[in-house]
Amino acid sequence: MKKRISRRTVLRGAVAGGAVGMGLPLLDCFLNENGTALAQGGGPIPVRFGTWFWGCGMNPARWAPPTEGLGYELSEELQSLDRPLESGGKIRDHVSVFSGFDVKLDGNPNYPHGSGPASNLTGLFAPADGVFAAPSIDVLIAREIGGFTRFRSLQLSATGDRNQTYSRESESIRNASEISPMEVYARIFGPDFADPTAGPFMPNPRWTLRKSVLSAVKDDRDKLMSRVGTHDKQRLDQYFTSVRQLEQMLDVLLSGPPDLPSCRRADDPGPDILEGEVFQNDVDSVNQRHGALADLLTFALACDQTRVFNMMFSWGISGLYVPGSNTTHHQLTHDESIDTELGYQPQATQFVMVSMSAWADFVEKLASIPEGDGTMLDNCLVFANSDLSYAKPHDVRGLPMMIAGSAGGRITPGIHVKGNTDPCTRVGLTVQQAMGLPIDAWGVNSLRTSLPVSEILV
Amino acid sequence: MTHYRRGSRIAALLSRFLSGCAVVAGCTVAVGCGSDISGDGPEVRGPAVEGGPVALRRLTSQQYTQSIHDVLGEDIIVASRVEPDARLEGLLGVGASFVSVTPSGFEKYEAAATAIAEQALSSELRGAILSCEPSSASGADDVCASEFIATIGRRLFRRTLTEDEVAMRVAIAASSGSELGDFYAGLELALTSLLVSPNFLFRVEEIEPDPADASRLRLTSTSVATRLSYLIWNSTPDDELLDAAESGELLGATNLTAQAVRLLDSPKAEAGIRAFFSDLLTFRRIDDGLVRKSPTEFPAFTLTLAGDAKEQTLRTIVDHLVTNELDLRELYTTRNTFLTPSLGSVYAVPFGGGQWGPYEFAADGPRAGLLSHVSLMAITAHPGRSSATLRGKFVREVLLCQTIPDPPANVDFSIVEDTDGELRTARERLGEHVTNDACAGCHELMDPIGLAFENFDAIGAYRAQENGVEIDASGNLDGQAYDDAIGMGQALRDHESLGPCITRNLYRYAVGHNPVSSEQDLLVFLNDQLAASGYRWGSLIEALVLSEGFLTASGQREAEEAAQ
Repeated sequence: MKKRISRRTVLRGAVAGGAVGMGLPLLDCFLNENGTALAQGGGPIPVRFGTWFWGCGMNPARWAPPTEGLGYELSEELQSLDRPLESGGKIRDHVSVFSGFDVKLDGNPNYPHGSGPASNLTGLFAPADGVFAAPSIDVLIAREIGGFTRFRSLQLSATGDRNQTYSRESESIRNASEISPMEVYARIFGPDFADPTAGPFMPNPRWTLRKSVLSAVKDDRDKLMSRVGTHDKQRLDQYFTSVRQLEQMLDVLLSGPPDLPSCRRADDPGPDILEGEVFQNDVDSVNQRHGALADLLTFALACDQTRVFNMMFSWGISGLYVPGSNTTHHQLTHDESIDTELGYQPQATQFVMVSMSAWADFVEKLASIPEGDGTMLDNCLVFANSDLSYAKPHDVRGLPMMIAGSAGGRITPGIHVKGNTDPCTRVGLTVQQAMGLPIDAWGVNSLRTSLPVSEILV
Repeated sequence: MTHYRRGSRIAALLSRFLSGCAVVAGCTVAVGCGSDISGDGPEVRGPAVEGGPVALRRLTSQQYTQSIHDVLGEDIIVASRVEPDARLEGLLGVGASFVSVTPSGFEKYEAAATAIAEQALSSELRGAILSCEPSSASGADDVCASEFIATIGRRLFRRTLTEDEVAMRVAIAASSGSELGDFYAGLELALTSLLVSPNFLFRVEEIEPDPADASRLRLTSTSVATRLSYLIWNSTPDDELLDAAESGELLGATNLTAQAVRLLDSPKAEAGIRAFFSDLLTFRRIDDGLVRKSPTEFPAFTLTLAGDAKEQTLRTIVDHLVTNELDLRELYTTRNTFLTPSLGSVYAVPFGGGQWGPYEFAADGPRAGLLSHVSLMAITAHPGRSSATLRGKFVREVLLCQTIPDPPANVDFSIVEDTDGELRTARERLGEHVTNDACAGCHELMDPIGLAFENFDAIGAYRAQENGVEIDASGNLDGQAYDDAIGMGQALRDHESLGPCITRNLYRYAVGHNPVSSEQDLLVFLNDQLAASGYRWGSLIEALVLSEGFLTASGQREAEEAAQ
């Protein structure tokens, strides 16, 4: 806890002094006596933050657990959380559920599938459909903790569309998603990756030369800055932040293999699986890609290649379909009639079950890596969320949210909290505070809150 | 290779130019009208307007590739994955003025730059771009390195490099060349540093006070050269254009006209027109594998077929507008096109013309115009079925520049979309839209247009019936009645908004922003020019690049607008 506060203070100082919290040299407070960032056995284990997104929500009455608190009773649509873990206990013991927290609109338009994520991930109203008015929560956190690893953050999506991302630097700057397991493997575990299990470390002489290339680019900065307008200065700031992140990456590579006991090179996923030469979005293909990307991410985290990630199972306007059907998940949520006996849309609901099962798969993978006295999941905070609650009328009240992991002991997992129409931003505020961000209130107007979900904060 | 015809173009242009406002309807109040062409400053035609704000414009992935090929050689393999382009207000060309480079994007640019530099300076290829011999191949040679960096750097940065910019990179070449014991390897790193520089990745549009009227701002001559080159070639300016820009000659109207005509006459102009229409018609969705069709229902629809469909439409456009210089409105009525055998089987027509050959759709057949092409019909349909609404929206928004509001958030679609129910055709189902007050206002604008294309399924293949019922494709477009898609194409061709809309879209594409109010008069003028020319593409481009909207600016963009 003490360490976290000092890091925050140092970073705040750096920001106030004009630098951005990116690509900073490793500070002394992060180093142990040997000068390595992370010590084997006993050193600080990194705490990671991620989001996990699925599209088109759920059926509120079937999704929300019937009972509150620790050891909540599982609902129909959360049965997949009942799965036992190899490390002991069940997935549900590591997952908190938040029901009844509303996206407030205050008379602003409810852009179908757009307003929910915009407000839930920024605390602000959507200025236009698909647009976020401010950086998304993962970016806020990455700016605080992402600057010490090879990648500031990783954006992964099983949707097959690079432009589908809720990770936003600003209104118009988006962190594109990686969609190809083959390319993600090459990016993280390609020749540059130093496998700690694979013999003596040999730094690549080109890494130093690449740094010299970047220093020349940085020299272009001042002159260019003086020639552009205010908005372009922001865009160039973003560009130079990205340059510094690549320098950071080269520094990390030069410092040798990661020093974490569970780190090894991930298995090669092999060539991408295509049909009609493109990524298809039938549930089998999406599950396959999601699984492959999750495997790669798991080892990227186990090797401290990044501490921030976004994983997207499906986009808000979910394009998933059952093989052989010509109607997508999103279309079904609007088109399908409610079965009067069941009281819900049977086909559309299949996709809720598929999504929750994929979420359980994802959590299970994080829990499969031993770390410290428990598993890597204990040192993660994964914020799962969707764009809507009940998709048929684009309802954003009671937006479904979950948190998996204990964030290195900063939060208590396995609790169901009812929001009783409180703003959804209470959960976002809690997440940021658990990740060490120095804020005591978040959001605007009815979305503004200074009340974290204290039930889960340690 | 088709390209703009030579011949008397320059003379024709100049004579139109000299005749000034006499031929121009929207020109009577214009200060800049009828100005003489003897001065040094930018002499422009059309109303005296102020262009909108300028901003950095990140190269699109196509522009990146095209620029590399033009500067370093066609044989260079450029990584297809750099930072994805962003569509804003319907155009990647507008989105480029708002995006930046994210960490993952920069990583990709750096990897691409490294691979490009390695190829460009390989022993096989370097002869084409390196004019000097190093004194020793195993070490540094500052003179030769400096010559290379200055020459190539100018083409990449689209201006002469400063001494510092060169010196810094000569130093990189020297130190790494010595360290690696290889002059060319050192030069690779210097080239890499040019390729990842913001001066290459972004087009920097600079402004200066207009010497003829210090209260006004104009683009610098190198910025005009860059706008011109990326508009017409979708690539970086060549040495001749840069020479004209850096000597200051370019901003004289005679020279600007001559350069525009030279660029239009070059074979490289085909890439420019393809880039504009690919952007407008959202063909990037095909490239990105996002026009997906249900593999069980449409096994013929692969990425290769979709690529052919895109190519068919682009070939048709180039042939119509450039090779034959025909009326651009007739793109929506022409039966002339190009096919491959695999496209022929989707169209169910006998085609034995080899991989690509010309083809004329039958006069008594169901097809004419771009909107009967597989490309556009597939893009504007769902994975498993057609969508009259999406097709109508496309025509309204993309081809007629009209805005359709978003649907209300709380709306019941179940009747409209229930294909298993009693309502068997799209027309019957969509009837619900117009009998429902909440839907009618907008859907009356879209559905009737889209229903004209119901004879084309989700991949654009012909069908006479849906669920056993004969398809009725009749309707009317803003007062002009039609019986089918061919009649719809004719109504579109005759629509008063078609010309103004393509003018507006080309203008937005050229300047990188939506027109501000001061630019509206100019759009009227440009459309009048287009109409006066008989809707010839080259005339529109020429009128645009000589206009004040292209050459002047209100300033630098200061705030990020609510982007969409």
